[in-house]
Amino acid sequence: MLITVVLAAALMIGVAMLFCLWRLIKGPDITDRILALDTLYINSIALIILLGLYHGSALYFEGALLIAMLGFVSTAALAKYLLRGDIIE
Amino acid sequence: MNNLLQYSDYLVAFLIIVGAVFMLIGSWGLVKLPDFYTRLHAPTKASTLGMGATLLGSLVWFSLQEQSLHIHELVISLFLFITAPVSAYMVGKAAIHRHRPMVKGTANPEEAERAAKRLGQKH
Amino acid sequence: MMRYLLPMPWHTVMLVMVWLLLNGASWGQFVLGVVLGWVIPLLTYPYVRGHAPIRKPVALFVYMLRLVYDIVVANLDVARRVLLPNRYLKPGWLAYPLRIQEPFPAALLASSISLTPGTVSVEFSEDSQVLYVHVLHLDDEKALIDFIAQRYEQPLKEIFGC
Repeated sequence: MLITVVLAAALMIGVAMLFCLWRLIKGPDITDRILALDTLYINSIALIILLGLYHGSALYFEGALLIAMLGFVSTAALAKYLLRGDIIE
Repeated sequence: MNNLLQYSDYLVAFLIIVGAVFMLIGSWGLVKLPDFYTRLHAPTKASTLGMGATLLGSLVWFSLQEQSLHIHELVISLFLFITAPVSAYMVGKAAIHRHRPMVKGTANPEEAERAAKRLGQKH
Repeated sequence: MMRYLLPMPWHTVMLVMVWLLLNGASWGQFVLGVVLGWVIPLLTYPYVRGHAPIRKPVALFVYMLRLVYDIVVANLDVARRVLLPNRYLKPGWLAYPLRIQEPFPAALLASSISLTPGTVSVEFSEDSQVLYVHVLHLDDEKALIDFIAQRYEQPLKEIFGC
């Protein structure tokens, strides 16, 4: 039963990622695109967690942790670039 | 023991479905809400709770499988709970700096202008 | 002497604990964790600015528990507003008069506001007197300011004693 549930949840998150992709393409401004990227990486963490549940393996958490950290840093760097025109002061 | 596993399966399934539904609502908000500032709410909130529920489900499942507390999920969700408001703050700040248009009927739009002006003075 | 060898003892304890939680508890990992927990604060100490000391740790714990509850409630509220048609939406800006001046508690307050009831804090004014907040559904400005002041700002003031 759990496998079916995990697959259904993965399908929902896939649709959610498509929504993010639509916003990423449509824009209209770069701030919207950054927001879409931010949501996209959070969704992908959820997808990796579900993959770990599907395979019953705890190894995927390292990947999820890495994506969480890199995603936050890239969002912060992009926002800072918009504010200052420069990332490292 | 088998009974316990059976019931925990229902709990895990419930948590995962709740998490996925919240992620879906958050991303749908990203598509549907009318302007940037309202869109800022959907991912920062709905996605945070969605991640929290999904990770909690995974935590329960792996903890019962391995008969020990599986802590990785807690670390990830704590990290997300700390970073979500920070990234929302930074993107929002960039948006008022760029004078992104607001939807009609927004109350007190002059406050945003004032915030942007102060931001401009700083540099 | 102590200050140079072990500049941030609580950070060291926390780093060792997180290391053990992530890698599983064993003596080898413990030694590695202690080395990392000793070296990392030593290297990062010059960049860390001190913040107001936590006066009431128990109150901080209670505050965090209440925050988790508030996050769940706020999420249900935001989800409902996302699913309703856009014409029911009444977004607005709010200039929140800050009474906390210390940077660290103010940052905690801003994060709490972002995570909870339909509000995202966006910018501090230059003199840190005002916090600009975007609200997804603004009904009563005065009531919202009072709510934030009582539920979040007052406990934070007590916890950090400022």
